[in-house]
Amino acid sequence: MTSYVALIYTPDVDWSQPEYAEGMAEYQTFGEDAASVIRGGAALYHTPTATTVRVTGGKGGDVVLSDGPYAETKEALTGFYLLECTDLDEAIRVASMIPGAWNGAVEIRPALPMTVRVPSLETSDTVTQ
Amino acid sequence: MSTGEFTGDRAARPRAVSRELTDILQNERCQVLASLTRLTGDLGLAEDAVQDASISALQTWPRTGIPPNPRAWLIVTARHRAIDVLRREGSRFAKEREAALMQLHEAPDDFSVGVLRDDQLRLIFTCCHPALAAEAQVALSLRVLCGLSVAEVARALLVPEATMAKRLTRARQKIAAAGIRYRVPDDVDLPDRMRVVATTVFLLFTEGYASRSAGAHERRSLAEEAVRLGRLLVQLLPGEAVLEGLLATMLLQHSRRDARFDSAGDIVLLADQDRARWDLALATEGVELAASAIRRSRNAPERFAVVAAISACHAIARTAEDTDWNAIVSWYDVLARLDPSPVVLLNRAAALAECGQVLEALAAVDALHGLDDYFWLHATRAELLRRLGRGTDAAVAAALARRLTDSPAQQRLLEHRHPGL
Repeated sequence: MTSYVALIYTPDVDWSQPEYAEGMAEYQTFGEDAASVIRGGAALYHTPTATTVRVTGGKGGDVVLSDGPYAETKEALTGFYLLECTDLDEAIRVASMIPGAWNGAVEIRPALPMTVRVPSLETSDTVTQ
Repeated sequence: MSTGEFTGDRAARPRAVSRELTDILQNERCQVLASLTRLTGDLGLAEDAVQDASISALQTWPRTGIPPNPRAWLIVTARHRAIDVLRREGSRFAKEREAALMQLHEAPDDFSVGVLRDDQLRLIFTCCHPALAAEAQVALSLRVLCGLSVAEVARALLVPEATMAKRLTRARQKIAAAGIRYRVPDDVDLPDRMRVVATTVFLLFTEGYASRSAGAHERRSLAEEAVRLGRLLVQLLPGEAVLEGLLATMLLQHSRRDARFDSAGDIVLLADQDRARWDLALATEGVELAASAIRRSRNAPERFAVVAAISACHAIARTAEDTDWNAIVSWYDVLARLDPSPVVLLNRAAALAECGQVLEALAAVDALHGLDDYFWLHATRAELLRRLGRGTDAAVAAALARRLTDSPAQQRLLEHRHPGL
């Protein structure tokens, strides 16, 4: 099994607006159809809400912010999924069912098989209390 | 063969043995590599292990004689070698290494025809995976399926060796990291995937003809490697129209290889070729395969089958004047339905001109878009205008074509047709 991130590039829409409800419903359907391989994901607010963060001069240096996405492109990163598939062929099949694939493009990238240490929710008292 | 029989020929014998040895290694390499890739699940590791096993064979066999089943010997030796490498290697993820080691230890020694066949197919479909760029597929196929060295691949594809080494490394990394699994595609995907393989092999073949000036020898053998792969594919997946069409197309074009250039290295157009120099055996085989490919895809013709049919029309014409251009135009009509690209339409127009419809052909050429930088568009226009007696316009078109090519052969072709250029 390999973990993949499916990055969805489409016109930069504001999913929170009611006129995109139908589009959201398409994603809902995809989410149900591909539930067995989806491990996570999100739709993103449109790029005017983005903040790009850089630290100059190495760790601990000055934090430089810019208003907007990292790259200004015609099609923007508007959402992503984390998928767990047996191989690239399966990942391609799943990605081709994501509505973004016909409204834009979906980039699938394999994720390195390493465990990122995340403080477990059970032991974090601020969350459980 | 027993030893000591030909004492008078002693000096020649070691060379003969080593020649036989290298032939065996060359012939078995792809199969051994294919099996090792299944066993290790890792193309790079398999390549290293097979390389080591070959060296080991070159050292051992002159002493022990060639084993009764060299292929099995090589697979077993390479397998042990892969186990050694995996044991020593620390950088690999532990879980992957354990899985690979278990597979290497526990998979039975199976040299049956079915397993060996599937191994080769898996390797071919991996090298020609559509998630790899076409140029990466071509490079990998030459390196992995044909066994060319990196330097040879670089020379054949006219790319600096360092660039080629990087391209191959990137391709192997993508296969490993992106999870391109070493397997034969599912039945639903198989037709499309066979088309990808066919396209890649044909690209390799046309690379062999693209330039005669640089590394002519390597490039000739490139076309031969492509034909060899084409034969292997038809043998591994018999009865597939796309693969038969691919092989037929290559055989038919390759049958004219000696007639395509004159002694000065100038291009000889089909109409002017000395048909006695066509390779009759290859052409006959190509015509039969083309017919078979068309029969198999009668309702939904395969692109390669149609291309082969067009090529076959030329092959069966005893002289250029005997060519059935009406048949060729109708095959181009079929092809244009499958692939309405400007290059196909340009070729159709050229065939139309041969049917005597030169004005219609010129109108068709002038209606094309997207070929402004294409040598053959302007060369064809120049020829059509010349036939229509429009000398000034023809000269302008020929001059345009001239500016678009670096190939001396193409430049001389223009000069022959349009003296005073």
